[in-house]
Amino acid sequence: MGKDCKKRCVAPTSICKKQFMAMTGLLLCGFLLAHLSGNCLIYVSADAFNRYGHMLVTNPLILPAEMGLVALFLAHICMAIKLTVENKNARPQNYYLKSKTGRGATFASSTMPYTGMIILIFLVLYLITVKYGPYYVTQVDGKEMRDLYRLLAENFSNPLHVAGYIFCVSALGIHVSHGFWSAFQSFGINHPRCNCLLKCLSKIFGLLMALGYSALPLFLYLKGGKL
Amino acid sequence: MTAHNMKLKLKIWRQKNKNAQGNMTDYHLEGVSPDMSFLEMIDLLNENLVKSGEDVVSFDHDCREGICGMCSMMINGEAHGPEKSTTTCQLHMRKFKDGDTIVIEPWRAKAFPVLKDLTVDRSAFDQIMSAGGYVTVNTGAACDANSILVSKVDADLAMDAAQCIGCGACVASCKNASAMLFVSAKVSQYSLLPQGKVEAPKRVQNMVAKMDQLGFGNCTNEAECEASCPKDITIENIARMNRDHLKAKLFSRPEIE
Ligand code: HEM
Ligand code: FES
Repeated sequence: MGKDCKKRCVAPTSICKKQFMAMTGLLLCGFLLAHLSGNCLIYVSADAFNRYGHMLVTNPLILPAEMGLVALFLAHICMAIKLTVENKNARPQNYYLKSKTGRGATFASSTMPYTGMIILIFLVLYLITVKYGPYYVTQVDGKEMRDLYRLLAENFSNPLHVAGYIFCVSALGIHVSHGFWSAFQSFGINHPRCNCLLKCLSKIFGLLMALGYSALPLFLYLKGGKL
Repeated sequence: MTAHNMKLKLKIWRQKNKNAQGNMTDYHLEGVSPDMSFLEMIDLLNENLVKSGEDVVSFDHDCREGICGMCSMMINGEAHGPEKSTTTCQLHMRKFKDGDTIVIEPWRAKAFPVLKDLTVDRSAFDQIMSAGGYVTVNTGAACDANSILVSKVDADLAMDAAQCIGCGACVASCKNASAMLFVSAKVSQYSLLPQGKVEAPKRVQNMVAKMDQLGFGNCTNEAECEASCPKDITIENIARMNRDHLKAKLFSRPEIE
């Protein structure tokens, strides 16, 4: 046992790895929620949205927060790749015919690596076009700051961008609609008393993410670039 | 007595030995009765193969009453075939139609190498059991019955977990060839009872470590295992194992050797 124990600390078991996925996944869910609520300021006014963006980037805590977020994403993605590769290796020869029972796996659960990949591509495109995109300047309350609203409005005047965005956040919604519940299962929270609630919450969370994030480009597109 | 009138087209995985290259082979089988069990249908095929001097299809079986877990095979892409909560030996040909094509394959997992045709080596499960699937008790005079009280709820849950016959359908049906349902049933059947609680932290860690070492995949919480389990073991057991494992990792101390 003594030796076993030392080994235990070095090589994480499959369950440890799953729980690592669950922890990073749930923290990312928290980020999604916070980000979505911030986005809602766009419905108030362009100035409110820009003021919020300015407040964020000028906050001294933004650097550690961003670094934490990057670390979370990297950790989640690296572990996802490791697990997916291990899982493929666990069945070197595939079945000639394999059918799903229809009583277990769902579309969301069986597409986690694919929806994850879409999120990753989306993330990179988003960073390129928004965070590191053109820097427009505007004046709010006499202060000079970045005009993020204009950047987004410009981008989402293109219906292709709107469609692409909605496709990606739908994948995100599907990912978390399974992931949210799955994380609880990974931590061992599965009890007849709360199962139904958790499964429903997970679907609602997924739907909220997909619809909530889709609303922003639609809103800007329908407004037609007007302030 | 129903007529022996079903005609079937069978597509069966044939593989001479562990190292040979296998392939799907077609057979036509006539005179199948709807009352036959699936294994009896293969028996009939094998009788024909013997008559024509061919090598019979090798498959595992023992009790033929759904309690030993030997009769492992994929039938039309599903572990133990299309019927819920049923082992292959308890599946009847009336569940199929005259003229059907039936695809029969062995379990596929790195940890379950194919030995011949449909027979796979499931001794990986035995190795996991040796790693901790037991309780350490003194033998000798039997202690009084009911001297350790167990609540009805715990007894029921432990019995539900102990239903597992170790057939491997969970591994076979899991897209990651994960053995979590099997291991969690075994961990649960002990850890739910007072006698098994003492060694629970050590047991869960050792059994999980063994499972990983043998090359089973990681669980992705899809529940295909639960859906394919002939004994209806639920993934609630996996959750129990996940939290017992977490608790053990965080709070248990290594033993002095
Ligand atoms: C904001 C973005 C993301 C959120 C909120 C999120 C959330 C989650 C959650 C909660 C889980 C469930 C963990 C569990 O079953 O215990 C999960 C699983 C997974 N995620 Fe993500 N994820 C995100 C991004 C990504 C990305 C970018 C990738 C890949 C490139 C990815 C790949 C995966 C995979 C493959 C799984 C399944 C792992 C498994 O079940 O073992 N995710 N995710
Ligand atoms: S032969 Fe024993 S369970 Fe099927």
